[in-house]
Amino acid sequence: MVDEARRGDLVQIHIVVFRPEERTANIPDCTKAVPYEAWVKGFLLDESARIGDPVRVKTFAGRELGGDLAAINPAYDHSFGKPPVELIRASLEGRDRLGGAG
Amino acid sequence: MTRDTSYAAVMARKNEILKACVGLDYALFERSPIRFDYEGLLSSPGYSLAEVQRIQAETGVGRTPLVELRNTTDLVRSISRAGKGARIFVKDERCNPSGSFKDRRASLSVYHAAKLGYKGVACGSSGNYAAAVASQAAKRNLRTIILQEVFDSRKVGQPEILEKTRTCEAYGAEVWQLSVGPELFYVMLRVAEETGFFNASLWIPTGILGIETLGYEVAVEMKEREGRFPDAVVITNAGGGNVTGTTRGLAKAGSTKTAIIGASVDLRGLHMASDLDFNRKSFTTGHSGFSVPFMTLPDRTDVPRNAARQLRYLDRAVFVTQGEVFYATDLLAKLEGLDRGPAGNTSLAAALAIAREMDRDEILVVQETEYTGAGKLPSSQLTFARENGIEVRRGDPRENVPGKAIVIPEGPEQIRVEDLDLAKIRRSYVEKAVGAAAGYRPTEEDVRFLAEDSKSTVEFVRSALPR
Repeated sequence: MVDEARRGDLVQIHIVVFRPEERTANIPDCTKAVPYEAWVKGFLLDESARIGDPVRVKTFAGRELGGDLAAINPAYDHSFGKPPVELIRASLEGRDRLGGAG
Repeated sequence: MTRDTSYAAVMARKNEILKACVGLDYALFERSPIRFDYEGLLSSPGYSLAEVQRIQAETGVGRTPLVELRNTTDLVRSISRAGKGARIFVKDERCNPSGSFKDRRASLSVYHAAKLGYKGVACGSSGNYAAAVASQAAKRNLRTIILQEVFDSRKVGQPEILEKTRTCEAYGAEVWQLSVGPELFYVMLRVAEETGFFNASLWIPTGILGIETLGYEVAVEMKEREGRFPDAVVITNAGGGNVTGTTRGLAKAGSTKTAIIGASVDLRGLHMASDLDFNRKSFTTGHSGFSVPFMTLPDRTDVPRNAARQLRYLDRAVFVTQGEVFYATDLLAKLEGLDRGPAGNTSLAAALAIAREMDRDEILVVQETEYTGAGKLPSSQLTFARENGIEVRRGDPRENVPGKAIVIPEGPEQIRVEDLDLAKIRRSYVEKAVGAAAGYRPTEEDVRFLAEDSKSTVEFVRSALPR
């Protein structure tokens, strides 16, 4: 894995918006116990940086933001998942109630 | 000069920031600590229905197909009593540019932002609305910043929202992927202050006026094709925009007797601001965690007054379970050849039960579909649910427990809707509205406003006022 980004690379930065003690009052304890965080993508403006380094990026909207380097061109890895067998059986049974060929 | 960016300081500047970033002074419409001029607020941007249609046509929004679900109707009739089983139609809103009815809302707000001279738009949305704003802004050559609640504290993202990040970035937006919490509003205010962009909030007047074309199209096309208006329209309901805009649009076409039914996924028991509950939901909108609070406290939004006021328009509100919506989704694909996302299928699940109560010659319209794909499909969501310890099985949907068990029905006859007690909700709305104006004694005009705003009567409101 490449862990050094160079100027112009598409990277993701991490920003701690609020530490736990700075968070708003009216939220559940489990939420209040953790920081309020943000991740934003942009093109690296620094010459080079490693994961965790403070960096600046230019976002897709064209403005500059600063944060810690979190990832270098992270994948979109949400998927189609596994076919849900129970659901497929249920809806095929529903279809078969209509009759038709087969 | 560097401004104080602490939470308290930014919140203290809230009203001035909002006034600048929505280009609207809400104070002009306030009439008392309870009452405001709702129609005045909605007409303030100055767009007639015909103008909205013209603006939407410019960016390819609207005029979506109204499709009769013949096989679904047959299936419903096969399990209904003699003479029962209404014809079911669906408005295929997937055919909009970014794949949902939200393009209608975004198209008008983004047009309005461009007209007012803003260089960009920002909005807080984890759903289709974000994609719609980014898409419409691309068409109008405005820059976009989207704020999304995506990750829990393990940095595990809800797949449907990860998909929304992807599509917003595809449209060229700067996307803030945020962790769980209501502080998204704070980030919104800071973005607005730093960029001077327009806040394309879901709750501003243009965000509602844009939906009126949907209801109007349903009414006009049904009248042309069937010689009558729909008897009932089922609308997936969260914040109330879809209910509000659709009902107003139906009425503008003369369809004033159509029963308006709001449907939401039952996620009772899961806290919306809980880091632990966040990824125990298979639905990220159209659920009880939004619909119920918005009914009783509509103005709890990111603008001073919410232009979406669902209680004003709802005749009936129902819950369906997560398992029932997954089942309706897969039936729609296998019976009708329409592979569509969860938003419209929430109302479709409700329609499968409601059509059974209606006569065969009646017409029931499900007024939206949305696009689907990675992250949004039942395959994605049920895989994710299992990874998060949720039990998925077939059985009686009554055994469904939000955050614990998703039960896929054995057959369509098991689908039912749970009716919400709207009288109780209306009472709670009145109590909260009066409670928020502590020390103020409601006038006759306030009482009339509360009656209109809750689709009740002056007598009902009086009976609900604190003694």
